[in-house]
Amino acid sequence: MSYYALSYIDVALAAGLILINGAISIALRLKMERTLLLASVRTTVQLLLVGFVLNWIFAVDRWYLVLAMLSVMTLVAGYTAAARNDRRFPGMWLNTIVSMWVSSWLITAFALFVVLHGIGNWYQPQYAIPLLGMVLGNTLNGISVGLATLSSELALRRGEIDSALALGASRYEAALPTIRQSIRLGMMPIINSMMVVGLVSLPGMMTGQLLAGTPPVEAVKYQIMIMFLIASATALGTVAVVSLSFLRLFNRDHQFQFGLLTKKRP
Amino acid sequence: MILKAENLCRCNMVTREPLLVEVSMHIAGGERIALSGPSGSGKTLLLRALALLDPLSAGNVFWNGSPVQGGCVPAYRAQVAYLQQQPVLQDESVESLLRQPFAWKTHAGKHFSKERLEKWLALLGRRSSFLEKRSADLSGGEKQIVALLRIIQLDPHILLLDEPTAALDADSATAVETLVADWLAESQPQRATLWVSHNAQQAQRVADRQLRIQGGRLLREEVSV
Repeated sequence: MSYYALSYIDVALAAGLILINGAISIALRLKMERTLLLASVRTTVQLLLVGFVLNWIFAVDRWYLVLAMLSVMTLVAGYTAAARNDRRFPGMWLNTIVSMWVSSWLITAFALFVVLHGIGNWYQPQYAIPLLGMVLGNTLNGISVGLATLSSELALRRGEIDSALALGASRYEAALPTIRQSIRLGMMPIINSMMVVGLVSLPGMMTGQLLAGTPPVEAVKYQIMIMFLIASATALGTVAVVSLSFLRLFNRDHQFQFGLLTKKRP
Repeated sequence: MILKAENLCRCNMVTREPLLVEVSMHIAGGERIALSGPSGSGKTLLLRALALLDPLSAGNVFWNGSPVQGGCVPAYRAQVAYLQQQPVLQDESVESLLRQPFAWKTHAGKHFSKERLEKWLALLGRRSSFLEKRSADLSGGEKQIVALLRIIQLDPHILLLDEPTAALDADSATAVETLVADWLAESQPQRATLWVSHNAQQAQRVADRQLRIQGGRLLREEVSV
């Protein structure tokens, strides 16, 4: 199968489609022109930059460069997962980054060392970077939803939790319904997408492989692997962030430290 | 059986404003104490502090001479039970709410007794069908009744009652007073109550000792009656 490489002119043609958004914004006075411009510039610049960085990393092919790249990706994902939460508590950032790191690296390591044991070096950027990227991108959702649900539900159910504690429930017993709900909601999106994958959406990685000329059945095998990696990393990450946050908000004296849970300043 | 609190202090976590200032007190078996004070003086905070529900900035709570902390806290709270002023109940039937605490480790070995509850409900002028009601359909006063029953069925030693009749009509309020008095009499002189009340007459009826709190300080002299 042949693979058609895009020229910069081809890319510019596609980028021209942004004029449609601009025209709508002007016609309906949405006042989004500036944002649109910024978004277009960011998309182009960020992707070009990453393209150059990856080109360089692929060419140099050293394990420490790959590891550095993976670490930066993990930090950004961890930061993003917590940034969207509209509540704050001491230790939230650390919890989120640790959960993101442990879950996604564990699962990606399993993929690189066990599933893809035939690839030679584990740090081959061609495998390590896109695999971790996909795992991170999805674990981010689970962690973000889990964290947001836990902190908003705990704030909402303060009275219920306090009355359980006052009646002799341990901190685990008092928080368990909320913990369960947070983990369940965190895992929901990936379960949903596992239900409809291939029927409703063709996932990005599979699309990419198809465009690159991989036979569909081969691309599908990779996609199946990736779906399970994502599902397990999301589960681990959600459980980790919910448990760590629970331990921050409930102390050893079985007290719910509601005062630590503050609203994000707008 | 004695509860002793020494120099309890609590500050607002953000503003550092003092909420409770060096509060020391004790509650012994058989005592009936009333706590009064203006709004915002720290009555609820003191009750919560005695139930160890909030982190304190200083001070200790002793139960029968030993400081209470860490893993002993849930068992202590089962002995010294705090009843919230405005109970928040999950949306479930009254009976399942009443059964809930029996699932917790602290109360392992205790058994849910419907007969006992029906006896108490009769005293409060409510039929046993009350148990099938959904908590979302209860009035504020009925919620207080459910919360009170949920506590006393667990046989604590000390009840910390935060205006338990605030949302009740006069008849129901009297019934609650009777219920608490009966509960006290069941096992004298083991049990004790600390009752927050805005109503001076009620405070007279339900207590032998009157305490007053103002600006987070417990007034040394007990208010004479």
